[in-house]
Amino acid sequence: MSTFLGGISTLSLARWQFGITTVFHFLFVPLTIGLGLLVAVLQSAYYKTKDPAYDRMTRFFGKLFLVNFAIGVVTGIVQEFQFGMDWSRYSTFVGNIFGAPLAIEALLAFFMESTFLGIWIFGRGRVSDRIHLSAIWLASLGTILSAAFIVAANSWMQHPVGFTIDPVSHQAVMTNFWAVVTNSTFLLAYGHVLFSAFLTGAVFMLAIAAWHLRKGHDLAGFAKAARIAIVATLITAVGTMFLGDSQAKQMTQQQPMKMAAAEALYNSANGASFSLLTIGDLSGNPVFQVRVPHVLSILATNTWNGNVKGINQLQKEATAKYGAGSYVPVIWVLYWTFRIMVGLGILLFILGGAGLWLMKRKRLEQSKRFLRFASWMLLAPFIANSVGWIFTEIGRQPWVVYGLLKTSDAVTIISPGYVAASLVGFTSVYTLLAIVEIGLMIRLAKVPTPVLDGDEAESLPELIY
Amino acid sequence: MLGLLSTSPSGLEQLWFGLITVLWLGYFFLEGFDFGVGILMPFVSKDDLDRRVAINTIGPVWDGNEVWLLTAGGATFAAFPLWYATVFSGFYLALFVLLAALIFRGMAFELRHRGSAAAAVWWDRAIFWGSALPALLWGVAFADFVHGVPLGANATWTGTFFDLVKPYALLGGLATLSLFTLHGATYLGLKSGGEVRDRAQRIAQWWAPLTFVVVTAFLGWTYLTAHSRHEVGLVPPLLPIVGVAVLGAVSWMVRERLEGWAFIGTAIAILAFFTTLMLNLYPDVLVSSISPSDTLTIAGTASHRYTLEVMSWVALIFTPLVLLYQSWTYWVFKKRVTRPGASSEPVSTTI
Repeated sequence: MSTFLGGISTLSLARWQFGITTVFHFLFVPLTIGLGLLVAVLQSAYYKTKDPAYDRMTRFFGKLFLVNFAIGVVTGIVQEFQFGMDWSRYSTFVGNIFGAPLAIEALLAFFMESTFLGIWIFGRGRVSDRIHLSAIWLASLGTILSAAFIVAANSWMQHPVGFTIDPVSHQAVMTNFWAVVTNSTFLLAYGHVLFSAFLTGAVFMLAIAAWHLRKGHDLAGFAKAARIAIVATLITAVGTMFLGDSQAKQMTQQQPMKMAAAEALYNSANGASFSLLTIGDLSGNPVFQVRVPHVLSILATNTWNGNVKGINQLQKEATAKYGAGSYVPVIWVLYWTFRIMVGLGILLFILGGAGLWLMKRKRLEQSKRFLRFASWMLLAPFIANSVGWIFTEIGRQPWVVYGLLKTSDAVTIISPGYVAASLVGFTSVYTLLAIVEIGLMIRLAKVPTPVLDGDEAESLPELIY
Repeated sequence: MLGLLSTSPSGLEQLWFGLITVLWLGYFFLEGFDFGVGILMPFVSKDDLDRRVAINTIGPVWDGNEVWLLTAGGATFAAFPLWYATVFSGFYLALFVLLAALIFRGMAFELRHRGSAAAAVWWDRAIFWGSALPALLWGVAFADFVHGVPLGANATWTGTFFDLVKPYALLGGLATLSLFTLHGATYLGLKSGGEVRDRAQRIAQWWAPLTFVVVTAFLGWTYLTAHSRHEVGLVPPLLPIVGVAVLGAVSWMVRERLEGWAFIGTAIAILAFFTTLMLNLYPDVLVSSISPSDTLTIAGTASHRYTLEVMSWVALIFTPLVLLYQSWTYWVFKKRVTRPGASSEPVSTTI
């Protein structure tokens, strides 16, 4: 493998590029999915009740939704093409199976979301209210569908099913499409991704509504938005955690090394305990740990004394099965990303629960402490989404397709200079986008949609863009 | 050894080569005028309001049009994995430039009207370059597919970035650049009102003959070299002739202000242009300029039968639906876009 600047290989550059572009893209995608649905709910509430407060909320959060949607779209184009650019040997190997969901995603989901969003943005006042409302629901459905196909593709990489290896071309070849789209890994992962996306939208809406409530802006409107968001936060936090727990058990079966590395469990154990945190290194001799007995066994196997395999034993099994080499992913990354993800999930569950409790006692708008807490939680779902994917993807290493293709065999054979150039290029472009985007979001989020008097007619702009 | 052995493509593989051709045609027909509008925006406007009129003619549809690219890319990945993998890794830096251009252009459409006047100046540059660069690069890429790239055994690239920019490819790039610009001009003639419409028509009047010359040169070159390279392959002279003849007619139509006909004319020219290239390519998908035995073919890069069958069913069921609602969008936004206050007239239905 050729190297660049004294030792940086194409492989590591390509991995950094994929990591950076994908994590960046996925900062915005869950918000698109979650906020799209919530905006549709707000608009439906307005359609039913004709309460202008819901209309203001639809417009206010709709604006933020659109700005966020735009960056998701443009960074999404890169996602589809960089498989071919940096991972051409992967693309050739998996194209028979992996390409199909990508093509179907574009045909079923992307056309739907982009077309109906166009109708929604430009159709206000030009199409009937009913069609305008249908447009946002169809766009939202498009975003929800798009997640299905890409998660199906990813789940196949985690747990390949419905395929055979062609003896001549050595490509993975699809034998059962139904098996691919009903992959057990996919069903749980899709639920988890979807719930966490809705959670992201709900917490985003709650955090911003709470900020305005604290500032005393449009109390009628933002209180309504906050109530919807609190209920959504609680439901989706529970759903995310419940599915995540099922995924942990499935992962123990399908990718035991990921589970062992998540706990830095070196040797197999019955009734294994779970460490909440570790001070010192994770090489098996911690300086200080807080341990909860039996929890790892419950998490991994659903039994009090269940056996959880350790890294050393799994490494030995893997070398026997796949040949020499290291099959251990980067342990500290897995250990901490897992804890940050789970910890933030629990925190958001508390946020939703506390909010509901205050709602029941009709003290929501008065509780400055809760409102401040809610605003501070704005970034939590974004961090949780990112570390969750970093955990899933790093935890599968050294494989890109589990048990079939190693990441080092997947990368394009290309001079590292090219990859370095595009890595610097994409990172600069994305940094610039982030500055513009976040600046605009903050500006828009701070200005509430003006409250109009009853006889003041809303004026529709003739030019939208 | 990858399945590079050259055999003749099966019916299903031919169908998918055809479907991918259709996806690219759809993409270039639709995003062709988006690119054209973006390229012409600085030249059809005297102030910010004019620029917004131009942008709003494609506002509700540009994103849906770009999905044709994603679908073409995804379909190529699924149906011809080795073609997808080889093209996108080989055109590495060119593709990076293209993606960056599309990123800035898309962001500009969505964010320009929300920012300050100072920021709008930058967004306008993003729209112009973000439209002009892809319009040029797509022509370069498709010309390279046909005339070949330095491809060695096992689909490995042996050349550099500069092997992609040979005279034939550059002429291809200029041809698509001028063609899409003209397509944008006829679209603006049809969809905008007032001064913007008039300026677009005036530009089309001298741009159309220029496009005619460039496209004739490129298609002529393509046709004359086709026979010498292909033992098999489809090189019907009718298609390039139709493309060139229609462009000649468009030059006359824009003078006569036959707006609807002129737009149909540029659309047919684009379809004839890319169909010529794709038929020239058949039964190959990426020609090796080094040795004919390393040329990628339809049969050598195609997915297995089962994948193609599944994909065919999906395409059969959902493509009509997509076409239906996407056409409906154009019907919903059929009015001309004008400066606020000007009376907006519907597009003449008598073309």
